[in-house]
Amino acid sequence: MKAEGRRQRAEGRIRAVVLGLVLLAFWALAVVVSGTKIFPSPMDVVRGLLELARRKLLWAYMGDSLFRVACGYLAAVAIGIPVGLAMGWWSSLARAANPVIQMLRPISPLAWMPLAVIWFGVSNLAPIFLIFLASVFPIIVATMNGVRNVPPMYVQAGRNFGLSTRALITRVLFPAILPRILVGLRIAFGVAWLVLVAAEMIAVDSGLGYLIIDARNAGKRYDLVVGGMLLIGLLGLILDTLIRRAETLRAVRWAFHE
Amino acid sequence: MKVHFDSIGMRFGGVRVLDDINLSVNAGEFVCILGPSGCGKSTLLNIVGGFVTPTEGRVTIDGEPVTGPDPRRIFVFQERGVFPWLTVEENIGFGLFRQKDDEKRARIARYVQLVGLQGFERSYPRELSGGMKQRLEVARALAVDPDVLYLDEPFGALDSITRLQMRRELLRIWQAERKTILFVTHDIEESVQLADRVVVLSARPGRVRRVVDVNLAHPRDLSDPRYIALRDEIFGEIGLAHQI
Repeated sequence: MKAEGRRQRAEGRIRAVVLGLVLLAFWALAVVVSGTKIFPSPMDVVRGLLELARRKLLWAYMGDSLFRVACGYLAAVAIGIPVGLAMGWWSSLARAANPVIQMLRPISPLAWMPLAVIWFGVSNLAPIFLIFLASVFPIIVATMNGVRNVPPMYVQAGRNFGLSTRALITRVLFPAILPRILVGLRIAFGVAWLVLVAAEMIAVDSGLGYLIIDARNAGKRYDLVVGGMLLIGLLGLILDTLIRRAETLRAVRWAFHE
Repeated sequence: MKVHFDSIGMRFGGVRVLDDINLSVNAGEFVCILGPSGCGKSTLLNIVGGFVTPTEGRVTIDGEPVTGPDPRRIFVFQERGVFPWLTVEENIGFGLFRQKDDEKRARIARYVQLVGLQGFERSYPRELSGGMKQRLEVARALAVDPDVLYLDEPFGALDSITRLQMRRELLRIWQAERKTILFVTHDIEESVQLADRVVVLSARPGRVRRVVDVNLAHPRDLSDPRYIALRDEIFGEIGLAHQI
């Protein structure tokens, strides 16, 4: 069974690589056939990125972007999980707070950008704030729904064995909802990454979002525009894979694997 | 007298689900509470378990009124009550947080053995069959050495063969551990196979229609005319002819 699964995964990976190569070839061919002077070929993009690396900007930009996402996202985790726990546990609190949250949630974090600039100026804090806003709501909602969907008999059994409220939360409630929190964290991360790039186009002068907007404005360097896009995609993929790794941890594996 | 129900009545909103329930259960006795669905028998068990406060009357255990759940008396749900994030041994050890490590290990080993889950100590509930999960939940309850077990249709979700095996297991465990057992079921055969006494409740609002003594020694012979007579008596009491 396990060997079978490994083989299937290996085959899947090979297919993914092949598809990637085919798309790259198609891109290269399309640039040649169309004779475009603006759109870069794959090699132009690689050269552009190498140049960026020589100017020591590549790692700096990636580092800045990751730093901003880490700050905003971790702040959202630190606030979103306790708030979600409280709202799931006390339904009166949820009834009061939920309409506000559901109203704020559909507002794109980008709509907050003018306010973020007024409040935080042109600084790291503005994109961090936007990332926080983007990721905190999915985390709150996932945690709250997690608490509400805990089968009541788990809590009953915990109380029956004489657990204090604190032990009930740490030994029953939290492990029971951890898988749902994890799913919320993953969704929130996706949104945070989307918002980061847009946020960096406005308020700051470094990072991958800035790279794209700056490359276009200062000299129509479309090789760097496309290079920036690909880097964003690649980093997003890597980080998402890391988060998915968490689903195999012992504490949550019970909910993800049959 | 271990558990005493004193004129228990229960209403949910305007609906009366239990009416004037009086019942005494002796220490070490196995009592089945039998009734049609919706007669309030699970509510009655939740009241004695301390999870629900009755609107009338009170329950006392060893003379003390029940005010909430208590680890001396453990409630066993259908097998869904085991914690899926804990292994078999972690589930059994769940209630043993007051014990020292040696004591905890010894008890886990003992109850793994008692319910026949050797070799599955490190398995997770999802890797177990329904019957094994049910045995696990019973083991988790017994590990804290309660005086009383409350079982709420514990075998309802199992297939009929497993259910018969589980009844035999439960009787074996009961005879080994001599706990007081209150067992809620809607299955007439099950109640006559297991109980010292069967408390027959009426349809809503639940009232005690009849208490039937089952004076048959274990193991019970299911073709014994006295078994059949008792069973048919209860069928008649519930208003069912024993024919299809």
